[in-house]
Amino acid sequence: MIPVLGLVAGVVAGLLLQPTVPVPLQPYLPIAVVAALDAVFGALRAYLDGIFDDKVFVISFVSNVVIAALIVYLGDQLGVGGQLSTGVIVVLGIRIFSNVAAIRRHVFHA
Amino acid sequence: MPEPRRRSLRSALTSRPAWGQALVAVLLGALGFAAALQVRVNDAEGVYPGARRGDLIELLDSLDAANARAEKQINELETTKRELQTSTTASQTALLEARREASTLAILAGTVPARGPGVVIRINDPEAAVSAVTMLNAIEELRDAGAEAIEINNSARVVAQTYFAVSDGTLTIDGAEVRPPYVIDAVGSAATLSVAVGFPGGLQDEVQALGGSVTVEQTDALDVTALAEERTPEYAQPAP
Repeated sequence: MIPVLGLVAGVVAGLLLQPTVPVPLQPYLPIAVVAALDAVFGALRAYLDGIFDDKVFVISFVSNVVIAALIVYLGDQLGVGGQLSTGVIVVLGIRIFSNVAAIRRHVFHA
Repeated sequence: MPEPRRRSLRSALTSRPAWGQALVAVLLGALGFAAALQVRVNDAEGVYPGARRGDLIELLDSLDAANARAEKQINELETTKRELQTSTTASQTALLEARREASTLAILAGTVPARGPGVVIRINDPEAAVSAVTMLNAIEELRDAGAEAIEINNSARVVAQTYFAVSDGTLTIDGAEVRPPYVIDAVGSAATLSVAVGFPGGLQDEVQALGGSVTVEQTDALDVTALAEERTPEYAQPAP
């Protein structure tokens, strides 16, 4: 229950406070969000499988975000930032789809 | 997977809080915050602030190229415009000249009415003694004096192709009968034309010798309304 409340609180805070994103971080924010989404769906699947662990979730969440941002940063330095962020989005998208498929099987048994 | 360890979404939403859950909540809060922020930034600022340097340079380049193309097009169109204006002016001048020439030629050919100062010459010929030769002489005298448009009896316009003949004792001009008294309207310098009629041995003397009389009336505004038939040369072609 508390995690869901946290998610809602975060969305509300983001909408109400209207902070600005520092310019150097702007290219990485969307990638970080998608990476975090991947971690969240993975956690939800693990939870339904009964193998969820707080520690594993926290580590996977943080490492997902950091690695995704790092890959994009590296791409930017090499001059292939655009292509590399597209690649990261594709990989994370595939992972999210497979996780959601597993969740769907749990919830709807189909 | 062992059945007892499986949990449901319902139990996930109703389980009791723990420290681990609080940490998860914080992370999820951060995710929601970042997602909301990113959506708002995307909506508010468009694509340029977050774009990469390479993308921006590409955008600039394409804009430059489009700009150059547009400028080239503007130059071409302006050149075309100038050319068109020049040719329009030239053709307008040509048209004006052609119109002026056409009206001059129309007066000479007798296809339009003419107006101007001139003389009205009345030839009374009770004995019908005035012949085609006399009439032709009169016309020649008037032409010599600079008559520009001549008509006889308001019905026959005298032009280059005009011919005088006598048929059954009646004077014909271009095949049409003309009966006395003859009235010759001639546009030109009135004084000069009067002199041309009245000089010794001229038209006046000639007609008087034939038993007729001639009166000359000078006028400032004479209308020559008779028109000559418009003719297209059938045999003569412009020589190269």
